Amino acid sequence: MKKFQPIQLIFILLGGLVLLFILAPLLGMVFHTSPESLLETAREKEVRNSIWLTIWTSLAGTLIFALAAIPFSYLLARKDFPLKKLVTGIIDLPVVIPHSAAGIAILGFVSRDSVLGKMGSAFGLDFVGHPAGIAIAMAFVSIPYLVNSARDGFSAVPLRLEKAALTLGASPSRVFFSISLPLAARNIVSGLILMFARGMSEFGAVIVVAYHPMITPVLIYERFGAYGLKYARPVSVLFILISLSLFIFLRWLAKEKK
Amino acid sequence: MLSLNKISKRFPDFSLEEVSFTVGKGDYFILLGESGAGKSMILETIAGLVKPDKGSILLEGHEITHEKIQQRGVGLVFQDHAVFPHMHVKENIAYSLHGSKLSKENKKQAVQSIAQNLNIAELLGRSVSTLSGGELQRVALARTLVQKPKVLLLDEPLASLDTRLKGELRAVLRNIHRSGQTILHVTHDYEEALSLGNRIAVIAHGHIIQEGGPEEVFHHPKSEFLAHFAGIRNFFPAVLTRKDGISLAITPNDFHFRILTEGEDGPGFVMIRGEDILLSNDPIETSATNNFEGRVAEIIPTPRGIEVGIDAGLRFHALITRESLVKLGIAEDRKIYLHCKATAVRFINK
Repeated sequence: MKKFQPIQLIFILLGGLVLLFILAPLLGMVFHTSPESLLETAREKEVRNSIWLTIWTSLAGTLIFALAAIPFSYLLARKDFPLKKLVTGIIDLPVVIPHSAAGIAILGFVSRDSVLGKMGSAFGLDFVGHPAGIAIAMAFVSIPYLVNSARDGFSAVPLRLEKAALTLGASPSRVFFSISLPLAARNIVSGLILMFARGMSEFGAVIVVAYHPMITPVLIYERFGAYGLKYARPVSVLFILISLSLFIFLRWLAKEKK
Repeated sequence: MLSLNKISKRFPDFSLEEVSFTVGKGDYFILLGESGAGKSMILETIAGLVKPDKGSILLEGHEITHEKIQQRGVGLVFQDHAVFPHMHVKENIAYSLHGSKLSKENKKQAVQSIAQNLNIAELLGRSVSTLSGGELQRVALARTLVQKPKVLLLDEPLASLDTRLKGELRAVLRNIHRSGQTILHVTHDYEEALSLGNRIAVIAHGHIIQEGGPEEVFHHPKSEFLAHFAGIRNFFPAVLTRKDGISLAITPNDFHFRILTEGEDGPGFVMIRGEDILLSNDPIETSATNNFEGRVAEIIPTPRGIEVGIDAGLRFHALITRESLVKLGIAEDRKIYLHCKATAVRFINK
């Protein structure tokens, strides 16, 4: 039998405690929820609508902002420019500021009297209380995950492969699409999944921008406030189960594609 | 064909200083220098990956110093091949044909034909992760040659290969050269330079310090780098033949060297290190099978010992200690005998 050093045993014990700390509340919640109440909740139109809304707004926010975030990550990985450290710091800002404060900031940014709000109004779009506002709030708090992951991916692509492609007659844009992007794809996909997941779980920023239509984290909060723990639990468990299945599926898909 | 005129480039810890040389059409031009001498930087400057601060580059009479990389008409093969890992061999080779005016069928043919020339036709459908170092380097060569570059730039293409593969790839490079391809090849390996090049330029610390044919450069080395290979001064063009199981390298003026070699019969160079030549005042009997008579032409003190230049029909350079010089009473114009074992004579195929 393999023998462990005392220090290893202590580390294993501490690791176990951390795992327990994460799993115990979640498992507690699952065990407190009867399958009947879960089924009943799943049949509620309000719940189904909110889960669907949460998924598609986060997905839309992720995909739309990715169009700018991925090329930007490439720039960060490949080019040196003045104040690059400051720019890198700004990317991480959404992670460190309180998300309710982020929500207030976004509300000012998209409200009817802001430039963006006015532009939206011109097309009959009001971001506040609208899925578009929700997608923006979700993207705001989750975009650092994509940028950082994609930047790491691009940095890991050997520069000489890009140089070789250039000498083989490829234009810089062809080098990006045929060499850099495919070789960084794993990190980019992983960043997209993270951003999507983080967007779906956002509560603080979204509730400030749009209480209605209700995304699931807001719905859970509302049910807890209005009816208490017992009524908030089945929605929470259902949302966690659906999110988990979705991410396991996406990870599997990314692995299969590789 | 390809001329560099006073190319200078300054980096924080390194610089190229007014590098000038000309590669003629059909030349196999070797740029020889130690690591960090600036060889790769010169290739990248020609390819357009590095912009020079000063100077100009001309290719077939057109200035390409500020030309876009894609429009230069040069092909660069990197030391570690830089084959695209996410593409199959076929896609790698066809990469540079994207956007060319060739029809789909002609592109396919071009890939097939270059793959056949380089003996990798059977690898076309393979993923590059399954290839060996030698195969990868052939794919890199094919990928570059398929675009028919005016000059093929090679950055230490043999450095990461073992001895057997080196020999194979040298033969491949010779064939490419024979087909009329102009080649500029950078290396730190003087054997490679001798074996492949018909023109050699020596570079050290960002300067070109010598340029000429192999014999000119190696017989009259101007740099420490070359002098470091002191024995290299004893190198003579010769043809290797086997007679009765004995390998003989015969020089144009009919000097016969006995050699132990696995080299192929044909033209090449005989090489003997200066320290492997024994000197004596009389024709003594030794185990050495190469024995010649000559006259001392010059005596040159060097940091590594005394170099004795001997005229024996061929000019030999023996490296001996000061004690030996005194003991044998060696002086200019005196008669002397040279002895050299067959195992100390090397043959480099050309």
